[in-house]
Amino acid sequence: MNNYEPVIGLEVHVELNTNSKMFCKCSADYFGKEPNTHTCSVCLGLPGALPYINNKAIDYCLKIGLVLNCQIAQKSLFERKNYFYPDLPKGYQISQYRWPLCINGWIEVEGKEGIKRIRINRVHQEEDTGKMTHSNNETLVDFNRSGVPLVEIVTEPDFTDVAEIRDYAKKLQQCFRYLGVSNADMERGDMRLEANVSIRVKGEKLPNYRVELKNINSFRFMVSAVEYEIKRQIKEIEAGRIINQETRGWNEDKKCSYLQRSKEKAHDYRYFPEPDLPELIIDRNRIEGIKKSLPELPWEKGRRFEQAGVKKADARILSEDKGLAEFFENTLKHGQKYQVINAQDIANYIINKKVDINLILPTQIIEEIRDKKVGVITDLGNLQKMAKKALIENPESVNDYKKGKVAAMQVLIGAVMRLSGGKADAEKTKEILKKLL
Amino acid sequence: MDITKFTLIETIRGLKEKQFSQEELKNAYLSRINTLNPKLNIFLVIKKNNTGIPAGIKDVILTKGIKTTAGSKILSNYIPPYNATAVEKLLNQGISIIGKTNCDEFAMGGSGENSAYQPTKNPWDLTKVTGGSSSGSAACVAADLAVFALGSDTGGSIRQPSSLCGVIGLKPTYGRVSRYGLIAMASSLDQIGPITKSVEDAALVLEWISGPDLYDSNCPNEKFTMQPSRLKAGIKGLKIGIPKEYFGKGLDSKVKEVVERAIKKLEELGGKIVEVSLPNSKYALAAYYIIVSSEVSSNMARFDGIRFGSNRGNFGAEVKRRIMLGTFALSAGFWDEYYSKAAKVRTLIKQDFEKAFEKADVIVGPVSPTTAWDLGDKVGDPLKMYLADIYTISANLAGIPGLSVPCGFSEGLPVGLQILGKEWNEGIVLKVGYAYEQATKRQLKKPDLKF
Repeated sequence: MNNYEPVIGLEVHVELNTNSKMFCKCSADYFGKEPNTHTCSVCLGLPGALPYINNKAIDYCLKIGLVLNCQIAQKSLFERKNYFYPDLPKGYQISQYRWPLCINGWIEVEGKEGIKRIRINRVHQEEDTGKMTHSNNETLVDFNRSGVPLVEIVTEPDFTDVAEIRDYAKKLQQCFRYLGVSNADMERGDMRLEANVSIRVKGEKLPNYRVELKNINSFRFMVSAVEYEIKRQIKEIEAGRIINQETRGWNEDKKCSYLQRSKEKAHDYRYFPEPDLPELIIDRNRIEGIKKSLPELPWEKGRRFEQAGVKKADARILSEDKGLAEFFENTLKHGQKYQVINAQDIANYIINKKVDINLILPTQIIEEIRDKKVGVITDLGNLQKMAKKALIENPESVNDYKKGKVAAMQVLIGAVMRLSGGKADAEKTKEILKKLL
Repeated sequence: MDITKFTLIETIRGLKEKQFSQEELKNAYLSRINTLNPKLNIFLVIKKNNTGIPAGIKDVILTKGIKTTAGSKILSNYIPPYNATAVEKLLNQGISIIGKTNCDEFAMGGSGENSAYQPTKNPWDLTKVTGGSSSGSAACVAADLAVFALGSDTGGSIRQPSSLCGVIGLKPTYGRVSRYGLIAMASSLDQIGPITKSVEDAALVLEWISGPDLYDSNCPNEKFTMQPSRLKAGIKGLKIGIPKEYFGKGLDSKVKEVVERAIKKLEELGGKIVEVSLPNSKYALAAYYIIVSSEVSSNMARFDGIRFGSNRGNFGAEVKRRIMLGTFALSAGFWDEYYSKAAKVRTLIKQDFEKAFEKADVIVGPVSPTTAWDLGDKVGDPLKMYLADIYTISANLAGIPGLSVPCGFSEGLPVGLQILGKEWNEGIVLKVGYAYEQATKRQLKKPDLKF
C-alpha cells in the first residue's frame, strides 16, 4: 500500500445567486417554486430564441477566478456542449471549453503533509439544466432551473489525500459565501463536487485512466467515496487487473461506489464556439474594479486573528463565517479599551458560549469579560465597610465635601479604590459615599 | 389600374393620396393570391383578415399566433408565442402579414424543393425552380402576391431566388437585422433581409427592420438610414470591382454575357471598373459547408421529438445530411481538420474582401452561375445543388452586405446582378443598385401569369 499514491483532481460546480438567469431575464431563484413558472423562450429553447449575457454572473465568475489567483483570459468564448437529455431543451449547454474565462490559478490547502498548493486549471461560466423528477413510471421536467448561472472550477490532479479534499471543498464553500456569489448549499445542489481518482506507483507519471465520482451531494459522502475508491483501485492493481476509465456513484447504505457509465458510453460533446454570442472581452478596468471590491478572505482573516493572539484552531472557527468573523472583529475593537482583555479571551467567550450574534452586542460581551477578569466588588456590605474606613482616614476631604467642594468626592472614591485594590465598583461606591456623608 | 403592380413606395403614396383604400389593397392581393397561389404554391398560410400593407414572411421567421413550420414536417403544427423582432418592427409600421411563404426545410436548400410542402414554382416558368431557400418570398414578389417579403440569407437564400425570379433581394451585413425569432439554420451566417420590387423599397424595408436589439447579442449596431437624395446620387467616380474568380469555369456563358453587359452599363453611368481578386474563393464552398453543417447539427438538436411533438424521422433528406456531416465534423479528433480549418479559411476570405475593398467601393458579379433550372434537375445531386451558391456564400462568410438586382434575361429567364459592399455599407450597395435599376427600367418586365 505504501508504494501507491492516489492522484485526485476535483471539479466543483457552484450555482450563482444572481437575480436573473445566465442568458435571459427570468428569475434565477428556482428553489421550491412552482415548476415551469420561471421560464421564457430562451431558457425553454424555443425556436428563434437567442441568449444574451448576464454580466453580473460574469462579474461573479471573475471574482471567483481572482480569489483563486487565476489569470483572466485575454480571449474568452462561450461554446456549445452538445448532448441529448430531456432536461436540456436546446440539445446543447452553453458552456466553455477551449476558451475559459479564468485560467492557471492556485489555492493553498492543508492535508496530512501540511500546507500545499493546489493548481486551478480553470474557472469557467456555464448554465444549469432543467431538473427531472421521476415518480410512478413518469418523468417530469421542471425548467425553472434551466439557464441558472453555474461556475465550474477544475483543479489539476494535485490532491493526494482526503484531508486536502475536505479542506479544499470547505475553503471554496466559505469563499463563495464570503464573496456573496452563492449560498453554496450542498443539499440544495448549489454546490456539487466531482472527483477524478486514479492510483499511481509513487514517483511515476500520471496514470492513463481515471475514475470519475459523480452525483455525490455531501462533503462527507464525497470523502467516503474517495477513500473507498482509493482502496478499491489499489486492490485491483495489486491483483494485476486493469482499471477501467468509468464514472461511478456512491451508495451510502452499502458504503461502496458503483458503476454508472463505462468509457465506451462516454460522450463526445462536439464543442464549438457559440455563434449566438460575441467574444467575451473583459477590459482592465473591470478586472481592477472587481479586484478592489474583493473582501478579505476567510483564511486571510484567520491568519490575522492568529496574529492578534487567537489560537490557530479558534481563529479558523471564527473566520469560517463572514458574519461571525465581523462580529468577532467588532468585539475585539471594543475590547481594546481594556488592557486586561486579550483576543483569546473574546474568542473563548464567543466559541464556548456559542453566542448568537443576533442576540448579543459586542459591548455586552466586553463588559462581561471585563467584570469577570477584574473581579469587580459589587457587594454592598463589603463596599460600605471600605467606604466607612475611607471617611475616617480622610477627614479633610469629608470637610471639603461638606463645604460644597464636589471634587472632594473623587478623592474619597480614589481612597476606596485603593482599599479594594482597584476592584470596587465606582458607581456603587459613589452612591454609598453620598449616603454616608 | 392594377394596384398589385405597385412598389412599396408607390403603395404608401397611393394609400396616402387615397387612390385606393386599405380594404381595396387587401382585396386586390387576396383575389390575386386566390387565383395564383394554387398554381405557384407560394403561401403555406394565408391571412385573410389582416389589414395594412401586405407582406409575405418566410416561414422560418416567427409570427405570433400564426403557424410557422420552417417548411418542415417537424414543426407542422407549431404556433409561436412571440414575433420575430423584424416582424414586430414591420407591424409597427402598419405592415400586415398576408401569408407565410414556402421555403426549403429550415432554409436548407437552393431551389425550394426541400420544402416538406412541395416546391414553389417559378412565376416566369412553372416548370422551373424559384431558387432557394427563400423560394416563396421571392416568388410572391415576382408574381405580385405581396408588396414585398422578408427572406433569410445564410449562403445566398435571399439573393439567389431573387435573381432567379427577377426581383430585388438584399442580404444586409451580419448583425444589421436582429435574428431574434428567426429559426436558426447556421447562426453565424443567417441574416434576415427584404425582397422587393424596387431598390428604393429595399432601402426602406431595411430602415424599418434594422437596428439594435437586446434580444440578439450580435445585433448591437445602429439602425440603417439613408436619405433618398443619397440613394439617388448616382455612381460617377465610384470604383466597381470585378473579381476575376467570379467569371471562370462553371458560369453559364449566356448569364456571363448578361452580367458583362450590366457591368458595361455601370461604366456608362460613370463607374470606374477595376479588377480585384478574391483568391480564396475556391475554398469558400468547402469551408461554408463545414461551418453550416456544424451549426446545423447543433441547432436542430432541440427538435428531438420531446417538446415539438414530431419524430426526428420526419426531417427531410437535406436536413439529415447536414446533421450527419456536422456531427462528424465536430467529433473528437476532427476539430483541427474540419471546423478549425474552416474557421481559418473564413478569416482568409474576410481578408480577401478587405483587400479588394481597398481598391473598389463595391464588388460586382453574377448572383448565380445559371438561370432557373428545371424542377427536379439537381435533386439527386447535392454537390451540384451546392455549387449553385458558389458566388453568394462568400458574402455570408465575410459578413458583408449583398444585393441582387435584375439585369436582364437569358432565354426568357431572369438574371441577377450581385453588388457586394463593405461591412455596414448597405448604402453604397443600394446606391449602385438604384442607379442601375433606374437606367435599365425598360427591362423590368413582369412574368406573364395569365392562366
